[in-house]
This record gives sequence, C-alpha cells and structure tokens, in this order.
Amino acid sequence: MSNPKPKLSIQNLFFTYGDETEALRNINLDIMENELFILFGPSRSGKSTLLRLMNRLSDLSEGGQRQGKILFNGSGIFSRKVDVINLRRRISMVFAIPTPLPGTIYDNLTYGLKMAGMRDKATLDERVARSLQQAALWDEVKDRLHTSAFALSGGQKQRLCLARSLALEPEVILLDNPTSGLDPISTTIVEQSLHELKQQYTIIMVPHSVQQAARVADKAAFLLDGQVIEVGRQKDLFVNPKDQRTEDYVTGRFG
Amino acid sequence: MNEHNRPHTSTEGTSMKTREASGPSKMTARSLWENLKDQSASELIIENLIRLSGISVIVVVTLIFFFLLREGSAAFLDIPLRQLFGSRWYPIEGLFGLWPLMVGSFWVTIGAVVIAVPLGLTTAIYLGEIAPLWQREILKPFIEVLAGIPSIVLGFLGWVALAPIIQNLGAPSGLTAFTGSFILAYMSLPTIISITEDALYAVPKEYRDGSLALGATQWQTIWRVVLPAARSGIVMAIMLGIGRAIGETMAVMLVTGNAANIPEFGFGALFQPIRTMTATIAAEMGEVAQGSLHYNVLFGIGIVLFVVTSGINLLATRLVGGRGKRRPGGRL
Amino acid sequence: MKRQQTQKLAVGIITTVSFLVVVPILLVLIFMIANGIGGISWTFLSQPPRSGMTEGGILPAILGTIFLTLGTAIAAIPLAIGAAIYLSEYASDNRLTRLIRLAIVNLAGIPSIVYGLFGLGAFVLFLNFGTSILAGSLTLGLMTLPVVISTAEEAILSVPQEFRVVSLSLGATRWQTIRHQVLPHALPGIITGVILGLGRAAGETAPILFTVAAFYLPELPQSIFDQTMALPYHLYVISTQIPGMPMEIQYATALVLLLIVLSLTLIATFIRSSMRRRREW
Repeated sequence: MSNPKPKLSIQNLFFTYGDETEALRNINLDIMENELFILFGPSRSGKSTLLRLMNRLSDLSEGGQRQGKILFNGSGIFSRKVDVINLRRRISMVFAIPTPLPGTIYDNLTYGLKMAGMRDKATLDERVARSLQQAALWDEVKDRLHTSAFALSGGQKQRLCLARSLALEPEVILLDNPTSGLDPISTTIVEQSLHELKQQYTIIMVPHSVQQAARVADKAAFLLDGQVIEVGRQKDLFVNPKDQRTEDYVTGRFG
Repeated sequence: MNEHNRPHTSTEGTSMKTREASGPSKMTARSLWENLKDQSASELIIENLIRLSGISVIVVVTLIFFFLLREGSAAFLDIPLRQLFGSRWYPIEGLFGLWPLMVGSFWVTIGAVVIAVPLGLTTAIYLGEIAPLWQREILKPFIEVLAGIPSIVLGFLGWVALAPIIQNLGAPSGLTAFTGSFILAYMSLPTIISITEDALYAVPKEYRDGSLALGATQWQTIWRVVLPAARSGIVMAIMLGIGRAIGETMAVMLVTGNAANIPEFGFGALFQPIRTMTATIAAEMGEVAQGSLHYNVLFGIGIVLFVVTSGINLLATRLVGGRGKRRPGGRL
Repeated sequence: MKRQQTQKLAVGIITTVSFLVVVPILLVLIFMIANGIGGISWTFLSQPPRSGMTEGGILPAILGTIFLTLGTAIAAIPLAIGAAIYLSEYASDNRLTRLIRLAIVNLAGIPSIVYGLFGLGAFVLFLNFGTSILAGSLTLGLMTLPVVISTAEEAILSVPQEFRVVSLSLGATRWQTIRHQVLPHALPGIITGVILGLGRAAGETAPILFTVAAFYLPELPQSIFDQTMALPYHLYVISTQIPGMPMEIQYATALVLLLIVLSLTLIATFIRSSMRRRREW
C-alpha cells in the first residue's frame, strides 16, 4: 500500500481547558500508517492532552475549548456526524497508570468487544489469545484467564491494558507512557512488542524518557508549552536537532 | 466542509481492514457498527428516562406545593387574616386562630434546640476529636439506632415512661411542652451529631497539627481552631435539627397534652400543655368533612409548615453553600 | 499549669455529656425489650386482634406494614436511582441541576405530616385512589426519595473515575459504562440507601394517617385499592385511642415495630461494611 495520505492529520489545533489554562497552540502534525510516532517534551507540554484529543476522550473535560481539526483517514473526527464510540474503537488508548477494570483477565480483554455487541464465544476466545500474544502476556496468564485482573503485577497489568486495546483490533493505538513504573525487564518486553505491533497498527506514544523516545521512534515531535517545536525522523531529531531548545532537551539540559 | 463531504469514510475504511485481520472471525467492523445502532435506540430511551427522573424531583416538589395550595388556599382567602392569626382555635365554633398552634410549635422547638444543641455538639466533638477509635465504633451504631427509632415509638415511650416522671417533678401534668421538647431533642440529635461530625472531619488536619505544634492543648485547639473552622457546618447542623423538630408529628402529639392554649411567656411555659401545628393536622384531619373550612385550614397549616421548613432548609444550604457542591469523580 | 487543668476538665465534661447522650439510648432499648418481650408470642405474631383489640395478635398490622414497605420500594426505587444516576453521571453544572439539588434539599425537609396532606389531596382525592395501599405507598415513596437519592448518588460518585474513562476509551457508550462499570460497583451503597429509606418509611405514622391506615380491619387487604392496618398507626391507636388497653400488648407492639425498623437499619449497615471489605480496588 503506497498511500501518501496520512493516517492522522492534525491541522491548526488549539485546545484550552475549562479553567482557561491553554494546553495546545496551533499544532500541525501528519502521522502515517504503520508508523511509531513519538510525542515527547517536558511535563505539562501538552502531550497527553493531544493524545486524548485524538480519540476524543477530551470530550470528558468539561468546558474545554477546541479549534482546528484532526483528520482520521481523511475525515474530521470532531464533525458532528462522527460516531465517537466507533472512533474510540478504532483509535484506542492505553493509559499511563494501568487500570484494569474489576473482574477477571478474560472480562477485561473482552469488555470492549462485548460492548460492541460481540457474543460469539469462539471469536472472543480467539481475540483474547491473539491480543495477549501480541502484548507478550499470553504465556504468563494463559492458565489463569478467569482470575482477577487485580492480582497481576504492575508490568502485567500494563500489558493487559495494551492487550485490551488490541483485542478491539483498532487502527491506531495511543500509548500514554506505557512503561511508567515498570521494571527494566517489563519495559524491554513492552518496547520489543511495539516493534511487532507497528507492522499492523499505527502507534502514537508518549514515552517515559528521551532515551526511550530515541530507542523506539520512527518519527517524533518535540512539544514545549503546547507547541510543536520540531518534528523529524528519529536520526534527525535525536542526533541532529535543528532547534536549540530541542537539542537542550534531548541532551538533558532541561526537563 | 472537507469533513462533511465524507461522513462515511469512518465505516467503510474499517470493514475491509478488520475482515482481513480477524481471519476466521465473522464479525466485521460493519456489523459492530450495526449492532451499535440498535443499542443506541434503546439506550436513547433509557437515557431519556434517567433525565426524566432527575427532573421529576422538581415536579414532585412543585406538585406538593400545588396540592397544598389547592386544598388550603381557601383558609387564607375566606378567613380574615386577623382572625386566622388570632388567639383562639375553636374549630367547632368556627374560630380558626393559628396563633396558639404556632406558639406551641415554637416553644416545643425552642426547648428541643436548647437541649439538643449542646448535647449534640458535645457528642460530635467527642466522637470526632477525642474518642479513641474503638469507642467511636461502639458509640456510632447507637446514634444510628437512635436515628432509626420510629417517632411513634419514642412518643409512646414519652407517654408511658417520661410523662409520669415529669409529673412527679411537680408539673400539673406530665404532658407538657417540655416533655415534647425532650423527646424531640433526642430525635434531632442524630441529625445534629452526624452533620457536625462531618463538618469537624472536613477541617484539615494541618490546622490541628499547627495549633498543637505551637503548644496549645487539645481543648484549646478544638475551641480556638477546629470549631471556628467548622462553623458553617455546625450552623447547618443546628438549622437542620430545628427543621426536623418543627416538622415532627407523632411524638409531640402523644406527649404535649394537645391543649390549644397560649402559654404565658417565660420558663413556666415549658411546663404547660400545648399543641403544635403538626399535631393539630394529625389529630383533626380524620374528623373533618372534605371541602369544609376546617379542612381547608388544616391544609393551610400544611402550607405554613411547608414554607417554614423549606425556608430553614434553603437558608441552611445557602449559608453553607459548599456542601451541595459536586466532588470530583462521577460525570461522564 | 492552669491550661492543663482546663484541658482535663473540658475533656472530662465532653466525655461525660457524650455518655449522657448514649446511655439513655441503651436504656430505651433495654426498657423496650424488658417490657415488651413478655407479650410477644407466636399467637401474638400470627393472630388478628380480638375483643376490641385487647386480646389476640397483630398479624394484620405486621402484614400491612410489610405491604406498605414493598409498595414504597416499588414507588421510590426506580425514580430515586434514576435521579441519582442523572445527577452523578449526566447533569452538568447548570441551573437545572442546581434546581434539582434544591428540590431534593427541600423534599428532605418537608415534614412527614405534610407528605400525608399531599397524599390525601393528590392520591386519595384528586386521583381518586381512595384511602388505599396504593395511595399510602406512593406517599411514603415520595417521602423516601431524598434519602435514597442522596445515598445512591454518594455510592455512584465513589466509583473511581478511571473505570469510566477506561470503559469509554474501549468504545463503550455512556449507558454501557454506567450499566457495566458504575452501577455494579455502586450497588452495595445503593442498596444500603434503599434499605435505610425503607426502614424510615416502615416506621412512619403521619404520612399514612389519612392515606391508607385503618383503625381495625378483620380481614387482610385484597388489592392495592384496599385500606390496611399498619404497625405504627396501630401502636398509636392502641396506646391513645382505646381505654383499658393492656400495657403488655402496647409494649409488645412497640417492640415489634422497633425490631422491624432496627433490623432494616442493621441490615443496611451490615451490607455497607461487608461490601467495603470485599472491594478489590
């Protein structure tokens, strides 16, 4: 598929929270299919806000003001006619703090599918198995799918949440710091699975650190105070940044 | 513009992809989509029912006031106000002076407040600030039990047990305003205690730590720091306690002697039989003809009670303000 | 050290007064049980009253109270839970919402006798239900609304917000999220509120005086359009309206009513604490 069109195109996007704090200023980004795109920058630079806008979880913050658009497969996600529920199934979010829903591992993995009306046991089982394999969790939990998800370790919970999104077979996965609080081994497992996942999905991720950003990115955008400072391929941005601020941040002079 | 020309991309793009990816699975994104459509129809009904039940609360209050007015407004229209607020309540002779009943309610309530507020605040301070955890766990269920005792049972107790005691103390009869006040005080204690305790609980721990760190004793901290900080909550506790006392019916009906006379002003008034507005409605409604003036006046008393208790409650919430505020959490 | 003495004195007084509040409650319970237990027997619980209610049992009154409590539940629960869901999950901070909250505060403050007047005017007369279980249940139901709404809302708000966000992010609709993630976890709290409200309704006399309660009925009600006897009203009647009523029957009736209402309160407290312990998050 030689499709020059971006999977997600963010155009002139502004966002202000209900308490009037300005979160995003004139964001323009194109994210291509099967790309692992990194949004990084110091805390409060607007990364997570941007991520939440992409599947309209931002709708939940009361009084938020938004301008500009985000095109998904060429059509605007903020349009009135867009079915938000369907959008969230296709652009799925994994949160920084792993949050299993109360219930078993199996319940968690099939939740989104069941809510979408899927009842067929065989299909559900198959999706559960595949998403767990993709998230590198299958071997650890295959014998206890029907035990509580709260009994898992932190790293396992995070991969469970990833698998839970994968089970929906979305097109885009939004990862908000998926390795926060994980030990190095779990982090490595998650990072490795990312490389396989991007064969099939478009991944947009807020990384845990600049080092992680440099390790996994195909392409990255550096955000500061709600603005995109610089966008580039991995080598360009982390090895030869053009903007002084990017260089300062990448080399650890602030942040 | 661009967005509106292609509203359907969102469905078509996916069905292809999902079908490829899910292999043997027959479920496609399109069928997910269609399922959703069906759910939405029933969900719309459910969500509208939920909205309706939210709004219905307003409707209920309005209806209550409407029906009180419908049956009771004649009392205010047909009886000259001078007579309506006159000092004689003799329905048989067509004299409907509400004044004795209002005075009766007033005395019983004042008596109850005088007894209940110090007891309630002290108990709340003990539970919230002094009592060790194990004592709190024993004492709190008792307060809940007290809140759960039906008013008729307390009235019955006042009637069979308390009234004889009060008579032995030298009152002409055991059935007096004071007897009613005493029972009412115990009935409003749970309200006062629990709301005061909430207010004390809401005082930040730093205040106490700061005061104790400056060398104040525990009592000084409570008296100078905690109580002033919890002031508005305590006011609310007292006002809601008053509201509870004014509206109470069965207990006062059994123990206040039900005499519609105006007691002399002063301490002695507490030891005379009186009759409250609530008890008058309860005692006489069963014997009046529907649509008669007496019937209308009893509803008129209902209007007075409605207005007074609403006023107290609104004032309490207005004064405190913050209590009705939404906490974070909830809301989709 | 004068300050220390004041401290000791103050704590001493506060402790004493608190026990003065609590001890009478204990005494009341002991008094009620001591005087009432002798009158309670199987006959007393299973027979209708006889010879001008001075003999026999109180079965029709017990059953009437049970019917009314069930009726109250049916009348109040759907509306109260709907309103609680609306306030916690749907309502935004606007005038309508403030008006609804105001209305709830108002409802909570209306005296029970005024509910009785409303029930008489609206259900018994205007809707022509007559003095009936239907009219009484509706009246008690409305009276119970504010308690149940408040506790249910509190229970719903205590469900962690993350569950909602996660559920929505997985493509669940708002109602699905409420149905599958919010209500199941709020259920113990909601049930607690409902039972507390019903306990209060079961013990009320004033709202049923003119809407349903019968002085004496030899037979059980046949439909919701019939009157019924009820325990609180029965206690009122036998303690004040009938001369020469044996004290034993009065005490026993009061004790039965107290036990029914208190056991509802106890069940509610028990559910609340046991569910708190079982919570996973």
